[in-house]
Amino acid sequence: MNYGVGNLKSISKAVDYVGGHAKVTDDPKEIAEAEGIILPGVGAFKSAMENLKPYKDLIINANVPVLGICLGMQLFATESEEGGLHRGLNLIPGRVVRFPDWVGKIPHMGWNQIRIVKDHDVLDGIEEGSFVYFVHSYHFVTEDKFVLTKTEYGIEFVSAVFKDNFIGFQFHPEKSGKVGLRIVENFVKMCKR
Amino acid sequence: MLAKRIIPCLDVTLNEKGAMVVKGVEFVNLREAGDPVELAKRYDEEGADELVFLDITASPEGRRMMIDVIERTAEQVFIPFTVGGGIRSIDDINAILSAGADKVTINTSAVKNPELVREASEIFGSQCIVIAIDCRRNFDLSKGENVVTLEDGRKAWYEVVIYGGRKPTGIDAISWAKKVEELGAGEILLTSMNRDGTKLGYDIPITRAISEAVNIPVIASGGAGKPEHFYEGFVEGKADACLAASIFHYREISIAEVKEYLAERGIPVRW
Repeated sequence: MNYGVGNLKSISKAVDYVGGHAKVTDDPKEIAEAEGIILPGVGAFKSAMENLKPYKDLIINANVPVLGICLGMQLFATESEEGGLHRGLNLIPGRVVRFPDWVGKIPHMGWNQIRIVKDHDVLDGIEEGSFVYFVHSYHFVTEDKFVLTKTEYGIEFVSAVFKDNFIGFQFHPEKSGKVGLRIVENFVKMCKR
Repeated sequence: MLAKRIIPCLDVTLNEKGAMVVKGVEFVNLREAGDPVELAKRYDEEGADELVFLDITASPEGRRMMIDVIERTAEQVFIPFTVGGGIRSIDDINAILSAGADKVTINTSAVKNPELVREASEIFGSQCIVIAIDCRRNFDLSKGENVVTLEDGRKAWYEVVIYGGRKPTGIDAISWAKKVEELGAGEILLTSMNRDGTKLGYDIPITRAISEAVNIPVIASGGAGKPEHFYEGFVEGKADACLAASIFHYREISIAEVKEYLAERGIPVRW
């Protein structure tokens, strides 16, 4: 989904690479007909929510797999503290909060490990402790039942979430080498089902 | 645990054969090292944590051809990909990010026009704005703001140099690092001209001083010749990432060997 934020090229390239067919589009009709939807996202929460407004119902009512990446995942939350308190899509109950300053350098940037909390098709073949690539200053706080993976950076934070057909990664699978490509491949397979 | 990053750097120029990776000593005596797209792919497969691509031609006609090379390189790599060299404007940054790069590094233009750093980080986000600082030791202590003690006990300050090291600026590198952080830079790529291409190891005193002075990641660059140098860069230099070029290009050492060496000594690296 091209809703005016972020690097769409990397993720679409990764989808094509693993045998899917990515179409970068802002056309609601094309989005409604897709076998899966990806919400990329780099930028600020508030402006992303504004850009997303015309597509809100489309996403909330989607019955295909929906993948949120980084900010795209944070938009699934009830609300975010980034730049004041702002409402999210409220698809997965939770709040997006900033890392406390004492954890270290912010943004949390670079390769870090995931601890797999729950088995899920999207993590098929992914080993415990795999390294994936992160760039973010805020993280998603939610109930354990919605958590797929956790990661340690001063605190243990939620690095992947899910609920029904919605899956969100705080890290960038499209930038996470072989591990990331496997995750993208798993998602593409879920879309074809 | 957050891994320390190993970053191969491709210095790319254009010649009659097309785009070519080259590497010199202290920025001169360039030697050919191969096709950038092939090398990038190889490094991704060998476990590089990130790739830096520097366009060292940076002429207007070269830039247009280079965009195509950047695009083809980006298609082959699924790790963070940073591109720099001759970036002067928001349009230049836009063109490079649109070609598939994740971050850009700005050097000379940041010194000449610091507002570009602020504007770029506001438009594209700090996470994709890397400021490259090239510096050189200056022993005229009356001119520097921050005096650093070198390994041999001598004292020097580090002066920012631009135009590929050809022009001194009179600017103190530590003060400049703090300033670019304030302007919104997301990362600092620090190259000491005293070490670049020498294989004597990173310039630890300045790497450490800048790592301690800022709260954004610092990439050490210039001088890596063996695995011990990476270890020193992380432990003594307190760098978040270490960059190297020629030792990887000419297969003097592999990324895996460096990572193995580091892992055995307790440095967190990604496998």
